[in-house]
Amino acid sequence: MTDTRTPLVELKNISISFGGIHAVDNASVDLYPGEVVALLGHNGAGKSTLIKILSGAYKRDGGEILINGEPADINNPRDAKKYGIETIYQTLAVADNVDAAANLYLGRELRTPWGTLDDVAMEAKTREVMGRLNPNFQRFKEPVKALSGGQRQSVAIARAILFNARILIMDEPTAALGPQETAQVGELIKQLKKEGIGIFLISHDIHDVFDLADRVSVMKNGQVVGHARTEDVTKDEVLGMIILGKVPEKAIPGPGAMQTA
Amino acid sequence: MADITTTAHANRARSAGENPVKRFFRATEIDTRLLGMIGAMLIIWIGFNILSGGLFLTPRNLWNLSVQTASVAVMATGMVLVIVTRNIDLSVGSILGFVGMSMGVLQAELLPQLLGFNHPAIWVITLIAGITLGAAIGALHGSIIAFLNVPSFIVTLGGLLIWRGATWFVTSGRTVAPMDSTFRLMGGGTEGSIGATASWIVGALACIAIVATIINARKQRQRFGFPQRPMWAEYFLTAVGCALVLGAIAVVNSYPWPVAIARKYADANGIAWPEGGLFIPHGIAIPVLIAIVVGIVMTFISTRLRFGRYVFAIGGNREAAELAGIKTRWVTVKIFALMGILCAIAAAISTARLNAATNAQGELDELYTIAAAVIGGTSLAGGMGTIAGAMLGALVMQSLQSGMVLVGIDTPFQRIVVGMVLVVAVWLDTVYRARAK
Repeated sequence: MTDTRTPLVELKNISISFGGIHAVDNASVDLYPGEVVALLGHNGAGKSTLIKILSGAYKRDGGEILINGEPADINNPRDAKKYGIETIYQTLAVADNVDAAANLYLGRELRTPWGTLDDVAMEAKTREVMGRLNPNFQRFKEPVKALSGGQRQSVAIARAILFNARILIMDEPTAALGPQETAQVGELIKQLKKEGIGIFLISHDIHDVFDLADRVSVMKNGQVVGHARTEDVTKDEVLGMIILGKVPEKAIPGPGAMQTA
Repeated sequence: MADITTTAHANRARSAGENPVKRFFRATEIDTRLLGMIGAMLIIWIGFNILSGGLFLTPRNLWNLSVQTASVAVMATGMVLVIVTRNIDLSVGSILGFVGMSMGVLQAELLPQLLGFNHPAIWVITLIAGITLGAAIGALHGSIIAFLNVPSFIVTLGGLLIWRGATWFVTSGRTVAPMDSTFRLMGGGTEGSIGATASWIVGALACIAIVATIINARKQRQRFGFPQRPMWAEYFLTAVGCALVLGAIAVVNSYPWPVAIARKYADANGIAWPEGGLFIPHGIAIPVLIAIVVGIVMTFISTRLRFGRYVFAIGGNREAAELAGIKTRWVTVKIFALMGILCAIAAAISTARLNAATNAQGELDELYTIAAAVIGGTSLAGGMGTIAGAMLGALVMQSLQSGMVLVGIDTPFQRIVVGMVLVVAVWLDTVYRARAK
């Protein structure tokens, strides 16, 4: 971490508990522009919870969020979007009963000068974005319910990149996808990286993300085990961090690291 | 370029493989579900017409049917939005009763003391007060549901009892009558109809609106080069729409005033009483006009405004809507406030029609309203429903009831039939939807 630039996002000492259980305990992670950070850990390690605090879905009990070095006030999803934080949730969070365009623009609809919905303009833009992501996509008029898992995923991704996000959070982005679509998402991540967007990739499967990520941060039982550059560690070492909390030499230990002494 | 030609080719190949009926529905984009409902209603109409010896399909009965449907149809439009968000409102009948009684007392007892009997402003003040009261009650229900997290079933079940009790309390159970003479026009009747000429004008305006809508939709799609309906489909839709509107106007215009009232009118205006009697057509009844306007406004709200989009998104996936930054709680409050306003409008129609406010007004209306919405294709699982469907549902329910009265079926059997029809209709709809998947 010899990087002297200001991080795009800095989560500092974040804590949240639900009914006495510390879901996230004193966790700190950061992200630089054009960087992909993989957030790894078992199911229930607190990855999704931590990231939901950044995206405004949960309110933190303690800690600080800095965006470009300045404290950010994020209390709900609208606030997060103002800071250019877009999230693709594990559950995709799409409204099944409306079409792709309605989902892409949900909460940020385009309107005509009379204040009514400009459905045609939204559909046009949707066709453009979806054409880039998934050229085979043709079912613009059908409710999202009728689409395949991969197509729904493209809708969720399209929604996140439509509004010029600066920080993108992808929670298990390839969970519902086949190999070909997974490769497409990989390409997309590389492309977004080039544009200077910072990306948090969340996964419990190290193989999904190891090749895409610049750094990994590992969580266990709500605490951060440690951070490492992917070029400094092997997959097995990272697995050791995930399973045992054992921090390899070249990684920076966090509060959740296994005490060897 | 290659992409576009292949898709166009694939589309053509797909439509060539379909039978003409399927191609017809695809080209016109007609909702087959709605069409099925219209078909069911026609069967009911023709069936009752045969059973009653030709009494059902007369201008008189159809005109009455339209007036009787108005109040429930108005409330059903709001119930669609409530049910779409996976809520329910059991209190609409009681809100109707309470607001109706309050408006009755206001116009028959309070305002005349202040302004004088039959003052021209009484009806406006009464109506505005009623709508405000309805909105406040609805907003109260909505706030409890949204911010205190009490299920809507319970809140409105409480409301059902509370507002019915309040209706009794206002006048200690006494019926209030008569209503203000201008206010009474909202209930229909010979005076509360707009007459032949005005009805034709309304019909003409409706036809112009249909043509304008279709042209506008076509232009919009042209702007972005989207696929369009074939021209013949556009002409067909325009023709059917205009024919339905003008046909309905022709029906209401062929129902004349009753002889006694026409004679009184002739005497009062110094018109000589002709040999065969005076033929003065009713035209569209004012409550029906109100219901149609409400239907158009509600359709606009639910399909063209952001609020409507949010309502459906919440019904589809509440969590997704919240994560997209929609203030779902406020949307809930607004939905129930809107429902309250519609109850007030329905209360105005029904008190005006009865020319009295009674403490039993609107009893069981909540069930008819919910039934109308559900028969009209609103899914209790949320996320699906149309305003037009719900209004048509209200018309189907009312057709059944009026028809059974005409045929002379006893009251207990009427309820049994209505109950069975509701269950069967929803079952058929479930089957249809399972197939459509």
